[in-house]
Amino acid sequence: MKLNLKENTKTFGTVLRYLKIFRLHFILSLLLTAVSVILTLYIPILVGNAIDLAVGKGAVDFSEIHFILLKIGISILLTGLIGWLVNVLNNRMTYGIVRNIRHRAFQRIQEFPISYIDSHQTGEIISRTITDVDQFADGLLLGFTQFFNGLMTIVGTLIFMLTISPTVALVVVIVTPLSLFVAAFIAKKTYSMFKLQSEIRSEQTTVIDEMITEHKIVVAFGREQQAQQEFDEVNDRLSGASLRAIFYSSITNPSTRFVNSLVYSLVALIGALLCLAGSSAMTVGKITSFLSYATQYTKPFNEISGVITELQNALACAARVFELIDQPIQEPDAEPAHTPEAIHGTVDFEEVSFSYTEDRPLIRSFNLSVQQGQHVAIVGPTGCGKTTLINLLMRFYDVKAGEIRLDGTDIRSYPRHTLRAAYGMVLQDTWLCSGTIRDNIAFGNPNATEEEVIAAAKAAHAHSFIRRLPNGYQTVISEDGGALSQGQKQLLCIARVMLCLPEMLILDEATSSIDTRTELRIQKAFSAMMQGRTSFIVAHRLSTIQDADIILVMKDGNIVEQGNHSDLLSQNGFYTRLYNSQFAKDPQ
Amino acid sequence: MKKILRFFDGYRKESVLAPLFKMLEAIFELLVPLTVATIIDVGIRQKNTQTIYLMCGIMVALGVIGLICAICAQYFAAKAAVGVSAKIRSSLFSHIQGFDYATTDRIGTSTLITRMTNDIQSVQTGINMFLRLFMRSPFIVFGAMIMAFTINVRLALIFAITIPLLALVIFGIMLISIPIYKKSQTHLDPVVGKLRENYNGTRVIRAFNKESDETAAFQEKHRALTKIQLFAGRISALMNPLTYVIINLAVIFLIQFGALSVDDGTISQGELIALYNYMSQILVELIKLANLIITLNKASASAHRISDIFDTPSRSFSAVQAASVLNPAEIAFQEVSFRYHPTGDDAVSNVSFSIHAGQTVGIIGGTGSGKSTLIHLLQGLYSPTSGKITVDGNELTSYSQEQLRAMFGIVPQKAVLFKGTVRSNLQWGCDTANEEEMWHALELAQAKEFVEKAEHGLDSPVQQFGRNFSGGQKQRLTIARALLKHPKLLILDDSASALDYGTEAQLRQSLSTLSDTTKIIVSQRASSMLHADLILVLDDGILVGQGNHSELMERCETYREIYFSQFPKGGTNE
Repeated sequence: MKLNLKENTKTFGTVLRYLKIFRLHFILSLLLTAVSVILTLYIPILVGNAIDLAVGKGAVDFSEIHFILLKIGISILLTGLIGWLVNVLNNRMTYGIVRNIRHRAFQRIQEFPISYIDSHQTGEIISRTITDVDQFADGLLLGFTQFFNGLMTIVGTLIFMLTISPTVALVVVIVTPLSLFVAAFIAKKTYSMFKLQSEIRSEQTTVIDEMITEHKIVVAFGREQQAQQEFDEVNDRLSGASLRAIFYSSITNPSTRFVNSLVYSLVALIGALLCLAGSSAMTVGKITSFLSYATQYTKPFNEISGVITELQNALACAARVFELIDQPIQEPDAEPAHTPEAIHGTVDFEEVSFSYTEDRPLIRSFNLSVQQGQHVAIVGPTGCGKTTLINLLMRFYDVKAGEIRLDGTDIRSYPRHTLRAAYGMVLQDTWLCSGTIRDNIAFGNPNATEEEVIAAAKAAHAHSFIRRLPNGYQTVISEDGGALSQGQKQLLCIARVMLCLPEMLILDEATSSIDTRTELRIQKAFSAMMQGRTSFIVAHRLSTIQDADIILVMKDGNIVEQGNHSDLLSQNGFYTRLYNSQFAKDPQ
Repeated sequence: MKKILRFFDGYRKESVLAPLFKMLEAIFELLVPLTVATIIDVGIRQKNTQTIYLMCGIMVALGVIGLICAICAQYFAAKAAVGVSAKIRSSLFSHIQGFDYATTDRIGTSTLITRMTNDIQSVQTGINMFLRLFMRSPFIVFGAMIMAFTINVRLALIFAITIPLLALVIFGIMLISIPIYKKSQTHLDPVVGKLRENYNGTRVIRAFNKESDETAAFQEKHRALTKIQLFAGRISALMNPLTYVIINLAVIFLIQFGALSVDDGTISQGELIALYNYMSQILVELIKLANLIITLNKASASAHRISDIFDTPSRSFSAVQAASVLNPAEIAFQEVSFRYHPTGDDAVSNVSFSIHAGQTVGIIGGTGSGKSTLIHLLQGLYSPTSGKITVDGNELTSYSQEQLRAMFGIVPQKAVLFKGTVRSNLQWGCDTANEEEMWHALELAQAKEFVEKAEHGLDSPVQQFGRNFSGGQKQRLTIARALLKHPKLLILDDSASALDYGTEAQLRQSLSTLSDTTKIIVSQRASSMLHADLILVLDDGILVGQGNHSELMERCETYREIYFSQFPKGGTNE
């Protein structure tokens, strides 16, 4: 329980930080709420007074009653207006905070280490950033609208009651906290249930994300039933957890309401007895005001306890978003950063070691010097760590030991943006953003002219298929490229790089999904592009890299051979074997 | 909406009991002002202490019964809400699973995900609150009015005027704000979409230094969402103050006319107080109702969005019967043409060929030449625009989807695995496969070595979409997955592209041992085709050549071009 409290306090503190920007709203909202509470409390007194003036047949003071009714009327209108203003202010705060939290989360994700992204599911991120924040917003809004109003009503009522009859007020004050006790007790019990619910929900989001995104494969394997079973299993667990969380938290309200009815009866009893005792302090009208106060005084306790359960849920959700936001981000860029005027493209690996996990060393003490304008090809069997080198060059991952130097300076001294801007990259994974074809080609260079975009598309041999699309360059493609084939997507990725040619190139299986005839033509464009640029090419089609200055042959994370094509062939080693397997001729 | 209502089947009892208990609770609450009136008129006026004690005792008793009723009501409401929404979720999931390719493409995955998660959540809250309050509130409101009539008909007319006025305000605001809430929910989709896309494309985005642009784009999309949420909020914010003002104006009238009635002796002071208390009860109830209506607005907007998905046609799926698996001797395409959009160009046109059992068939051609379309047509995922596809002489469409699915083993272009373990992924191919069969399939798919090396072997964890495996590893695992199905037709849709040539050659070798499986290999590598019995050469949707390697080398210009682009004339070394 202690831990929960600590965790909650921490989350609450973070929420307050987000609230700080809206402090003016907040103060104004509080002030207005106070005014509206006072007015709301004043009305029952006025009504009580009016009723005391209507004692019985022929004993009614009309002129006084009319004056009181006028006061009531003005108070009502003011209360209504203020009530609306407070609602609007609270909405602004809540949605503003939601927006800020989401912005912050998104911004932080941009700076997460790639290793985090590689190891966390998209569904989980969505669940945290969208659903949890929404739940949090609902709780927060309820909190704003009811919590302060409730608190002030309690204080206000207390003062009003004390001025009318201290005796009866005392009774109310002593009994009412019971409902807080009850509420706090229940809230404590339900926190863990809400947390469990949140966790299962995020598990379910992952299943949904996966099965819906890869729906086609599910269908192809006729796995709908199993997917459904898997989903239903999580779904059942979720309903179990939800039922418990919702039911136990919803006991709060009736329980506190019961405490209220106790207070109500006590007030009626003592009020009536005082009245009978002929005490001048108590009249029938005052009993009316009192009964009205007793409800008004205890109602906020109900609401506050209702809000507390809501807030429990909200805080559990908030904690999950903040946990995401508070993930350690990648190491910040070096200060002062090394920002040369121009980058030439000399790359040195010195004693570089790297592994994704501690227990599995991958690259060990690797050395390599690449002169400006040289072409380095990386070949080897599938899964031998070719892509790892690219991860290191781009600083998607940092070396564990040794250093990589660009133009003689450790790449960790450059700002990441400078380093990455120096590379043009085409990856095997053909990610496109939703938007038009044009947007995608101009991704790295949004100011490119129409002519430049078309020229890049032509160079990438994408122009002819783009032209055949329903709206040409303006065709909107959905997330993940939608209906385009892998090859077409890859052509777009190539066009994307063609449009913003930096000093160095990384081609990671850049043409793996493209047919060889087109590839042959693109190869020409690549050659022109690579002219004078330091380039790293990962390829499994050895025909495409024979002209490379340095060929690195990798196996199981190690560089086993290194040299140019003819050197390597003359060594008659692993490269020769690879080469021969590819050109195993003589089909007959 | 009707589609949503049917999910209440099976929770009818709960859905009736919850409001019923709430009503009971309300009845007991409605009796309270009467006991107070008795205390004043009998207890105080007639100085009857016993009545005071008795009435207070009754109030406590009413409270206890109310508590019991309320707890029952909360339980049934929670049970119905959770149960109904779980059913909706499960049924929606199954409905989405029945979508054909085109529908999923059209609707988009991110909106499907929001509807599965966010929208159903808000429906659940809506149902829960609805069952708890929606019957109770009108009941208290009308109950209070009826009680008022029993006290004094003339004064009760004030109630009779106030209540329709309140209804007008409440439903008016509801009618205006529902469409706005619906709209605000549609603004959530692009926000989710951006987040997903950004997360999945991190590498490219960082490589292009687009982090800040992406953040700006996200903020832009979120700004639109916030704007409409605020607008909706401003309108809903009217509800509470307006109802408050109306009720209290009614109180003014009540006191004015009540005072007159007290003056002429029609009612007692105690009765006036009772009337006032009923008015207060209405107010308290309406404040709850207003909050409820905001929740309900959101829920109803979400229910509509869920309904929209249910309204989209979907195929029902059923378990594959082992007995019904086809084993065709011949599949033939007869002058088949197909276009994706009625106005677009043919994706494939006038294609005719036939495949015989046990053959290895290669399909080769450039990017966008129609290879994948041909495969999709073959699986019956789309129907030809003209011409026909026959299986042993019968039209493809005469077979059930399940029969066709059971016949094919597919290795898709984009290799994707599912969260779980290597074993659970392999079980996609065959649930009942034992360890031996799995290792055999992995061996055939050239995946045995790296799975063996993995720390947990078959039980090595696989992350969502198989993110923790390299492209080549994923491809080989997807091949093993397809092989475990023991398909009659194995389709490899360019699914060795991430494999090096050596591994691919070994794969080809091992696949050739599956003599009773018809293999259809889509590839851009001529080396994959060399040993095929039949090679189909596609160029821009037209079948420009068919035959085996040597026939095509003689006859087909396109094939020769492709071949020589990969095996340059004049030898292997330079």
